[in-house]
Amino acid sequence: MTVMQKKADNPIAHLTAEDIETLGKELDAIRERIIASRGERDAAYIRKVISTQRKLEIGSRVVLLFSLFPPAWIVGTAGLSVAKILENMEIGHNVLHGQWDWMRDPKIHSTSWEWDHVAPADQWKQSHNELHHRYTNVVGKDNDLGYGIMRVDEDQPWHPAHLGQPLYNFLNACFFEYGIAAYDLDLGNKLKDGGHKDPEFRRRVRAVGRKIRRQFLKDYLLFPVLSGPSFLHTLAANFTANLVRNLWSHSVIMCGHFPDGVETFEKTSIEGETRGEWYVRQMLGSANISGSRLMHIMTGNLSFQIEHHLFPDLPSNRYQEIAPEIRALFDRYGLKYTTGSLPRQVFSAWRKVFRLALPNRRQPAPPVTPLDDSADHPTPALVAA
Amino acid sequence: MTATVPPPDTRSFRRRLWRLAETVTTPVLPSDYLDLIAPLRAGAELRGRIVAVHPETPDAATLVIQPGRSWRGHVPGQYVRLGVDVDGVRQWRAYSVTSAPGRRAHPISVTVKAIPDGVVSNHLVRRLRPGTIVQLDQARGDFVLPQRAPSRVLFLTAGSGITPVAGMLRSGALAGSDVVLVHSAPTAADVVFGAELRGLAERGAIRLIERHTEVEGLLDVAELDTLVPDHLERQTWACGPLGLLDAAEAHWEVRGHAARLHTERFRPTVITAGDGGTVTFTRSSVTVAAAGATPLLDAGENAGVLMPSGCRMGICFGCVLPLRQGAVRDLRNGQLTTALPGDGVRVQTCVSAAAGPCELEI
Ligand SMILES: Cc1cc2nc3c(=O)[nH]c(=O)nc-3n(C[C@H](O)[C@H](O)[C@H](O)COP(=O)(O)OP(=O)(O)OC[C@H]3O[C@@H](n4cnc5c(N)ncnc54)[C@H](O)[C@@H]3O)c2cc1C
Ligand code: FES
Repeated sequence: MTVMQKKADNPIAHLTAEDIETLGKELDAIRERIIASRGERDAAYIRKVISTQRKLEIGSRVVLLFSLFPPAWIVGTAGLSVAKILENMEIGHNVLHGQWDWMRDPKIHSTSWEWDHVAPADQWKQSHNELHHRYTNVVGKDNDLGYGIMRVDEDQPWHPAHLGQPLYNFLNACFFEYGIAAYDLDLGNKLKDGGHKDPEFRRRVRAVGRKIRRQFLKDYLLFPVLSGPSFLHTLAANFTANLVRNLWSHSVIMCGHFPDGVETFEKTSIEGETRGEWYVRQMLGSANISGSRLMHIMTGNLSFQIEHHLFPDLPSNRYQEIAPEIRALFDRYGLKYTTGSLPRQVFSAWRKVFRLALPNRRQPAPPVTPLDDSADHPTPALVAA
Repeated sequence: MTATVPPPDTRSFRRRLWRLAETVTTPVLPSDYLDLIAPLRAGAELRGRIVAVHPETPDAATLVIQPGRSWRGHVPGQYVRLGVDVDGVRQWRAYSVTSAPGRRAHPISVTVKAIPDGVVSNHLVRRLRPGTIVQLDQARGDFVLPQRAPSRVLFLTAGSGITPVAGMLRSGALAGSDVVLVHSAPTAADVVFGAELRGLAERGAIRLIERHTEVEGLLDVAELDTLVPDHLERQTWACGPLGLLDAAEAHWEVRGHAARLHTERFRPTVITAGDGGTVTFTRSSVTVAAAGATPLLDAGENAGVLMPSGCRMGICFGCVLPLRQGAVRDLRNGQLTTALPGDGVRVQTCVSAAAGPCELEI
């Protein structure tokens, strides 16, 4: 992809400023309608997911106490993997977005929630909610575009270090939660520019350290010890569950913004951006994944990435409900609703990672605006994961 | 005393065990798991299970609640804060305990009157199902009888204002006293606990004066001179609509016996509005525009901020938050409070409204 503004066939060229504002109003109306209808049914949904997740986690961990027996290992590891995925995706990600704050239940609230992830909730909320959701797909502003270690857009300048990006991406997938923690800390840049001496940065690093310690203690010491003779088997099972969870969430998240068909934007394009224009950027900057209801839950409904990016704080169980309406809006305004099956989107994203490891084959079309902001582009960080 | 405190080594052993349990359940707490199976256990946040809902009048019902093991009991006349999810949203309101104090493990009851458009009262009276878990807080309030019951007592109540008094009458504390109850309700059928009160009167335990306002009109407090000629000599507890209480306070004040009158209000007397302004809830990173008549508590709750609250009418101080800077007006008396960073001013959010831009620390 190339930033939208530099494309010969700008996908929004046919829309007038008025069209965009009307589109914005239509989206606002959908949002208002859902907010007004939030209620008991939604509250029951999230409580059910949370209690199912907790029971599944306890059950799996109990089974794993006997992980010496291969069937127990398999059942326990599968159950724990699913529990960890639910915990991070449908519960953690969405609660931390404030999707359930309206219930005013202090136990299910973005300000009090902590998740099974090495990135502390408050650090993740800041980099994810305040930066990524605000600057979605703006080259040089949204560090989720390649996480600062990869080149996922033709307009990001090439550097020989990018040759290794398929490997970085694979490692990042395996240890995704650490990648995210490092990314939330802005570790690469901090190490480079000496910002690591900043006391605030040190406090944040310590907070990550504390979380890593607790997770390790639980997954790699306490439960293995409780398993007695099954020590090593439980340790391996917990490692596997974490690995599965990391690979899964990495895949889902790659599908959100990297597949073909997703647009990126120039930094200058968001100056004075209206609400309507912000919506259009979210619409074109995200991609969905098609699949079954179970698949949607397992992705934390991030398979409705477009709907999520339009309305990050609506309850996740509602995205599916509004998707047909959103899609009809895309059609009516002549915009492309990017969606595809999980394998297809994962393949598309990986292909891009490989393709852009090499320099651009042809020079991209000359920029529409003469401004050269390449100096501010994220440079590859030193850490891969 | 010492018998109930575990010896220090068991305590530290238990603490260590709890730490271990916390490591097992990280990132959530052991209680988050225990709540799934035993929400009323000792040591849990105080909750209650609805045991039964008994209709009292066409628009009032009594909720029988089994409180959790950490319930510390109540004194008749006190109220309890009750948190219930209405349309998926947690709402807190105060209700007077109407049951007599029993042993700690006994169910308690509150009696709720549905008011027009009332969010919580209608839910409790018409939709609440036995088995529901509600949030509770310990009983509070100083609308209670003194240790030694006075020999002559007057209760002046109207509508749902009978509830704290019912708790006092049922407790038996007034067995030896001369008790008069003057109670107003639209019709005889609207009298909450009507049958029970009439039974008490028949047995001579109280003198009951019912006022059916639909036919007889509202009670004028001055009528007490003829209805209960010695009313100023009695210790009096009054609970009901604001109009009745305001009139009663003026009456006792003018006659120079204000000290003998005890009142309980179910809602604040609002005399003034603020000027409105933007309210920022700093730690939650939420900013909203609030109207001059909207309590900061409502403004925050509507914006999804987890506001602490209690009686919602300025008596319990459960809603107090630091005002980092800005100006707020007390809705009860119009008093303006301003703060600059570092002043450490704290305000009751349930009875304060924005009077210009302000920042609350939460
Ligand atoms: C210490 C204390 C003890 C209480 N004890 C009882 C009790 O034993 N039984 C009981 O039924 N209620 C009691 N209340 C009142 C109760 O807490 C609620 O205020 C009441 O149930 C209305 O809540 P709601 O959510 O239904 O109304 P809301 O939705 O909050 O209010 C709807 C409308 O009604 C008005 N309103 C609010 N409260 C009242 C009221 N009390 N009377 C008339 N109009 C009102 C509001 O201004 C608003 O316009 C007590 C209140 C306090 C502070
Ligand atoms: S809620 Fe009780 S004083 Fe404000």
